[in-house]
Amino acid sequence: MTSVFVWLEHFDGVLVQPSREALGAAGTLGGKITGLVFGKNVDAVVKAAFHAGADEIIKVDDETLETFRFEPYVALLTKIVKDNTPDIVLAGHTTRGREIMGGAAADLDKGLLADCTELSLEGGRLKAVHPVYSGKVLSTIEIVSDGTQFATLRGRAFTPNEPDASRSGNVISASPVLAESDIASKVESFEASVGKVSLSDAAIIVSGGRGVGGPEGFAPIRELAEVLGAAVGASRATVDAGWIPYEHQVGQTGKVVSPDLYIAAGISGAIQHQAGMRTSKTIVAINKDADAPIFGLATYGIVGDLFELLPALTKVFKEKLGK
Amino acid sequence: MHVVVVTKSTPDTAAKVTVDGSGNVTWKEAMVINPWDEYSVTEAVLLKEAHNIKTTVLTVGEEAHNEAVKQGLAIGCDQGIRVWDSTLANADSLQYSRAVAAAVQKLGDVDLVIFGKEQADTGTDQHVYQVGRKLGWNVIGSVFKIQEIDFAGKTIKVVRLVEQGKQVVAGKLPAVISVVKDINEPKYPSFMGIRKASKAEIPVWDGAALGVDFGLPGVKVSAYQNPPERAGKVQMIDGDSADEKARKLVEKLFEDKVL
Ligand SMILES: Cc1cc2nc3c(=O)[nH]c(=O)nc-3n(C[C@H](O)[C@H](O)[C@H](O)COP(=O)(O)OP(=O)(O)OC[C@H]3O[C@@H](n4cnc5c(N)ncnc54)[C@H](O)[C@@H]3O)c2cc1C
Ligand SMILES: Nc1ncnc2c1ncn2[C@@H]1O[C@H](COP(=O)(O)O)[C@@H](O)[C@H]1O
Repeated sequence: MTSVFVWLEHFDGVLVQPSREALGAAGTLGGKITGLVFGKNVDAVVKAAFHAGADEIIKVDDETLETFRFEPYVALLTKIVKDNTPDIVLAGHTTRGREIMGGAAADLDKGLLADCTELSLEGGRLKAVHPVYSGKVLSTIEIVSDGTQFATLRGRAFTPNEPDASRSGNVISASPVLAESDIASKVESFEASVGKVSLSDAAIIVSGGRGVGGPEGFAPIRELAEVLGAAVGASRATVDAGWIPYEHQVGQTGKVVSPDLYIAAGISGAIQHQAGMRTSKTIVAINKDADAPIFGLATYGIVGDLFELLPALTKVFKEKLGK
Repeated sequence: MHVVVVTKSTPDTAAKVTVDGSGNVTWKEAMVINPWDEYSVTEAVLLKEAHNIKTTVLTVGEEAHNEAVKQGLAIGCDQGIRVWDSTLANADSLQYSRAVAAAVQKLGDVDLVIFGKEQADTGTDQHVYQVGRKLGWNVIGSVFKIQEIDFAGKTIKVVRLVEQGKQVVAGKLPAVISVVKDINEPKYPSFMGIRKASKAEIPVWDGAALGVDFGLPGVKVSAYQNPPERAGKVQMIDGDSADEKARKLVEKLFEDKVL
């Protein structure tokens, strides 16, 4: 039977969305799904992982793993893969997912299909689609090395399972590989980002461009986002002008997002911005200029002033959503 | 004390990139330095200015990648090196990481290797971590700011971005880092810089010169395709007032079950 390991990322005791998606993708490959949970006091995560689709969990609970660090996490994944020789290892293509998977694949000299938007198993070999040239081209990539095959999955490209609270399974405890004295780095502090919803996981994003006119112009964007439970995005022009922090930038040199609904207000739709949002399911463009390139990509377009339209939308959504 | 910045060229970001009838990726526009590397190369030069260290700008690839190396030289890096031989023709990130690690080891006295966060063209955000493991060094990815670096004491402290916020991470040198946009204000070459760079020798190191075999790939690209067109044309929403337009749009979104 195919054995699929899924490295499960968690933050603040919560299994992150890309890991739920990876468990969903693992389910489509057939076989037994082993979740890997590394951290400190991770029992809640283990439970959530069973509910989200894991058949079995390898848990490594240790002080040295309390926050993600490259060296101890990579060394541990490498060791577990070496000892168990699974057919496949999956993880979300998140900041930490890329690091641990890239590192372990290098240690083991195995192929890694990175940033996949589709994944299949043909004759025992993983095959995937990976968008390249900012999504202008799709590449089909395949593993050619023997043994364990690695893949990281783009956020929101795979469907998570409906959580099933009746599921549980066997938990195997393992030990860390590195002692604190072997680890060359320390996480000294952490500052949470302002927005409540992470751009990469968001189902809805409301983004502002130079049309908002200044930092205070993001207020109507934030108000609409609040009502919709959406994340706030931005064009590079507004980030470069210092109106909003870089973390919000969508596009080629920012984040690539793929929400169900992307509302672009006061954004012209330059090719580099499109690179970050073109795969959004529904795109709404609000712009004063009827010739703005964003209308070429949008599902729905409204020509008009964002300072009138956004508050009107906020009001109508509030009524409709009963808020 | 020596900082190496690893870079490559990519098609201009506005280039019209398509797959032709024979399945090859083509574009007409010029190659430019990978946009994320404007920041990594600048960071190397800023470190040089502040710490009196040596800087090398390194690429792995065909001659077109000298464009990126020249930009590094033009803004102030000390030397450029290109690693290439025919065994790297369809290299994956494993083979590149072996090549970069071998070149860094040949340089010998390197304390820090800097990458841009990813490649804007065929990027996978893998090279950084794989090079780190091949060198056996620590990696700190997605660095937003170098807070402290002490080349003599061999320590570094950075702010790095993760999905949920910013972390301050302290580590030891030698290390490999990748840097994100906004770590600095990119430097652009001056006329004099471009002249100097165009005259510089960029030696090519092959597998023999490095004394390594780049080994086998783990991944191959089997096909390229143009993505499907977005379904349908834009539907414009009209109305006499902002309120009416807003109502019509919201209705559509509910009809489509977007909400
Ligand atoms: C290497 C490189 C990388 C890049 N990476 C990115 C990236 O990652 N992300 C990104 O976004 N860009 C990126 N860019 C920049 C990109 O080319 C554009 O410059 C940028 O996206 C423009 O931002 P904008 O749409 O906010 O501004 P503009 O192009 O100035 O557009 C503003 C729009 O607002 C409209 N407007 C003005 N006032 C109002 C109003 N009151 N109501 C409604 N509409 C109004 C205008 O009609 C106009 O269409 C990159 C560029 C390069 C060269
Ligand atoms: N062939 C190469 N030569 C030099 N640098 C590279 C090469 N491939 C990738 N890089 C750099 O590695 C970083 C991350 O690339 P990637 O892992 O492909 O997203 C970027 O700074 C790239 O410029």
